[in-house]
Amino acid sequence: MMINKTATSKPTLGRLKKAALLGLAITGLGLTTSVQAQDVEVPGNIKWTIPFGVGGGTDVWARFFSPWLSESLSGEPTLMIDNVPGGGSINGANLFAVRAKSDGSDWLGTSASTQYPVMLDDPRVRYDYSDWTPILATPTGGVVYAQPSLGESADTALDALLEQPVKLAAQNPTGVELPVLIALDMLGADVQAVFGMRSRGEGRLAFERGEADIDFQTTSAYLSNVEPLVEAGKAVPLFSLGVLNDEGKIVRDPAFPDLPTFNEVYQARHGEAPSGKEYEAFRKFFASGYALQKLIMVPKDTPQALIDTYRQAARDFVDTEAFKEAADAQLGPYTPVIGETVQRHLDDAMSINDATRDWLADWLQSEHGAKI
Amino acid sequence: MLDILLSSLGQLFTLSHLLFMVLGVLVGLVVGIIPGLGGIAGMSLLLPFLYGMEPTVALGMLMGLVAVIPTGDTFASVLLGIPGSSASQATVIDGFSLAKRGQAARALSSAFLSSMIGGLIGAVILTGFILIARPLVLSFSSSELFMLTLLGLSMVAVLSGRDLFKGLAACGLGLLVGAIGMAPATGEFRMNFGLDYLYDGLPLVVVGLGIFALPEIVDLLVKRGSIAEEPCKLGEGWRQGIRDVREQRGLVARCAAIGSLIGTIPGLAGSVVDWLTYGHAVQSAKDKSEFGKGDIRGVIAPESANNACACGAMVPTLLFGVPGSGTAAVFLGGLLLLGLQPGVGMIETHLDLTYTIIWSLALANILGAALCLVLARPVAGLTRVPFATLAPLITVLIMFAAFQATRSTGDLIALGAVGILGVLFKQANWSRPAFLIGFVLAPGAEGYFYQAVQFQGADAFMRPGVLIIGSLILAALFIPLLRSLWIKRRQASSVGAASTDRTEPSTLGVIDVVLFAALLGTAIVAWLDVADLTLIGGIMPRLAIAILAVSCLMEIARCLMHRPQWEHQAIGLQGLWLVGFFALVGAMQLLGFITAATLFCLVFLLAIARLKPWVAAVMAFGVTAFLVGMAEFLTLTYPSGLIDPWLFG
Repeated sequence: MMINKTATSKPTLGRLKKAALLGLAITGLGLTTSVQAQDVEVPGNIKWTIPFGVGGGTDVWARFFSPWLSESLSGEPTLMIDNVPGGGSINGANLFAVRAKSDGSDWLGTSASTQYPVMLDDPRVRYDYSDWTPILATPTGGVVYAQPSLGESADTALDALLEQPVKLAAQNPTGVELPVLIALDMLGADVQAVFGMRSRGEGRLAFERGEADIDFQTTSAYLSNVEPLVEAGKAVPLFSLGVLNDEGKIVRDPAFPDLPTFNEVYQARHGEAPSGKEYEAFRKFFASGYALQKLIMVPKDTPQALIDTYRQAARDFVDTEAFKEAADAQLGPYTPVIGETVQRHLDDAMSINDATRDWLADWLQSEHGAKI
Repeated sequence: MLDILLSSLGQLFTLSHLLFMVLGVLVGLVVGIIPGLGGIAGMSLLLPFLYGMEPTVALGMLMGLVAVIPTGDTFASVLLGIPGSSASQATVIDGFSLAKRGQAARALSSAFLSSMIGGLIGAVILTGFILIARPLVLSFSSSELFMLTLLGLSMVAVLSGRDLFKGLAACGLGLLVGAIGMAPATGEFRMNFGLDYLYDGLPLVVVGLGIFALPEIVDLLVKRGSIAEEPCKLGEGWRQGIRDVREQRGLVARCAAIGSLIGTIPGLAGSVVDWLTYGHAVQSAKDKSEFGKGDIRGVIAPESANNACACGAMVPTLLFGVPGSGTAAVFLGGLLLLGLQPGVGMIETHLDLTYTIIWSLALANILGAALCLVLARPVAGLTRVPFATLAPLITVLIMFAAFQATRSTGDLIALGAVGILGVLFKQANWSRPAFLIGFVLAPGAEGYFYQAVQFQGADAFMRPGVLIIGSLILAALFIPLLRSLWIKRRQASSVGAASTDRTEPSTLGVIDVVLFAALLGTAIVAWLDVADLTLIGGIMPRLAIAILAVSCLMEIARCLMHRPQWEHQAIGLQGLWLVGFFALVGAMQLLGFITAATLFCLVFLLAIARLKPWVAAVMAFGVTAFLVGMAEFLTLTYPSGLIDPWLFG
């Protein structure tokens, strides 16, 4: 609580001083200057709300980023990570929507499970992404893989997949597996999702035990835990979800350059590019859950100069070799996306029209017996 | 292989590793002793320093912390009846009873010694086991996990003894409360009555504190006096505790082995292991009459298991990246921050680090338990202090602990609500452990049952593992019954018509009647609430309601048939103290958590404990300092109210 106070009083004081100095300079020299983005006073303490528990994926992500961000901001502000878990990140985001100050001293870290409830009109959500401005986003990819009993190669496994019902262990009907479930359905697979896993890791255990026929993991978990299975002939990779390029097109994942994307597989099987409400839903949930999986957000009313400073600070370090090396283990071979590009993709992903949402509700009800 | 073992042993004894491990142990002890904080809070204190540290050194620090938390939390369980964390719930039952009988030092010293031995056995087992654990962990499919939760639930029958129906009703209520929140199979929300707080279900910490700690505080306040009702012999008790462990070495070894093996199974770990081993201690004992009233075996069994379990929980964490417990989940985050991806690689490429982890656990266990053993004697003196002096401090402490659960006011209200239930259960002698077991195991039982049926269909219940565990459950339920029948018959034939029938007549009191009515009412309300759920999403709450209602009705029927003795059950004063508790929660909302807590302590110490004004002022100031300090360390935001923002920023 004491920390908050210092965090709020310092920037106001600083800005006053700055303004006074600036005024002196202008009158003294008779010159007009524009305030450069870099000149803005950065708060000494930044409270970074993470709506997840300590040690979870988003928490580790934030703790990885905080020294890099702190060091490249002037005055090296202290980034305090404030974990507010509950409601699968809805509670923390709700609190942030009420409490956050727009003087740059309050940040929020969000993840797919913060984005999805908004898109699905969850009644518990009392936050709105249009109240926030993104600073940085980190993407991730993901791979769908199958038991070798379905087929030794990706093609034969896919053939088998389309002929017989298969089981996949998932967390809940509206969890991160949602785009994967839609994609498999579009390909024509009859997937029986077994819900109730507490993490993707438990889903992978079910696959390794032979209970699930297919499984899906995001990039870092795939590289460390599934790649050894593939090498040992205990798993066959089928396709990746791909990544979003700057123009918003889904292209091959740099982490898996040899693996076709879902779009390619669909094209090959159906002779045309995927389209329709199903694909619309897939694309939006893929974009907000994977291409922009984790986001740093600040309240929209934060001074533009400060927002630019934060974005510039991120740009300053993401291209350095040292960061890339460190990030490889944490984020996979992906470069964080910064600034306006994020805003553009985010606006596109989060604006889901009613027709698509209705289709999704029907589909979840009929395919997976889930009400939203 | 040998060179790896030696090199990690060398790592273990480097100065920097040892220093950081001691740091981890100290943080772990402090965090473990303060109830409600536990491993997750401890990890969050250390995590900010982790990024960029040398992995072996950082791992030493984390392991120091992980190892001693199930040791340190024993203080609160034994001395104050507060379950420090989920690993020490079973310890409360007999540990606190021993403290009330003036044997706190004995309970503590044997708890710490068995913790140490358990942790060491766990580390030894793990050293060999980790190399071959993969196939074993994978052989536990959802159906075996479901059977293990059933085995845990069957302990209800073992613990309830004569009051089987009351125990089952308590367990049914626990299952029902545990089913609040999201249905694992369908994602539907159940029984949240429109309250945001209930969407995630009730937190375990809050339920544990409400059902065990709050009723004990109320009870002690009503009785007055100190925690120890009989004179304490600290030094003698301390030595007695050490002797107890030596006499029970078989129990220690068995429970440590059970702990470390159950710990390796992801997703179950801490929640069942202490009840399983407690149940085992009850079952294997010849004279069961003292359990629940202060039997040292009831302390030794869960304590030797929980440290071993912390070791075992490292197996799924390291090998599969799937945490075996809440603490292990945070530890997993720590590994990732250090740039270590858990998985097969921990055996193939980082085996030396894996062994550093395991042996740091062992070393930290010895260190932590030794420190606690030294502390045990002086700290046990607390039980001689008049309870009125301790009561306000403990009350603030458990409110602080409960508030850690989700950091919302709902935690405090839920604590009070569960507390009411706890007081009623305690006064009428209904089984509180049975309620807690039901609550803890409800999500596992439901989730794994659904998964087993979905994945394996009817085959799920023909698997060899399932049959083995199933026969264990049957043995747990029927062997005691058969044995007692056999003993009865033998006595009957040898002594002739000697009166073996010395069971006391059953009793009934006003609280029993209130509980019957309230529980049946709850069953009806809950039934209406789950009426529009899908079949799969609603089956668990319906089953829980059925267990609850049928056992209540059976008990009522039994009472009608056997005409029990009417028993006076006091509730007036207890009710008054509970009203006081809610008034305190209200004051915290109105004035702010820190202000209200400080004022409460001051007034209570002056008016009820009748301390000297300056002593009361110093103690109240201590409370303020503690709360402000904790807010600083843990980036906490208490309910602010009207006054706190002025005084404390």
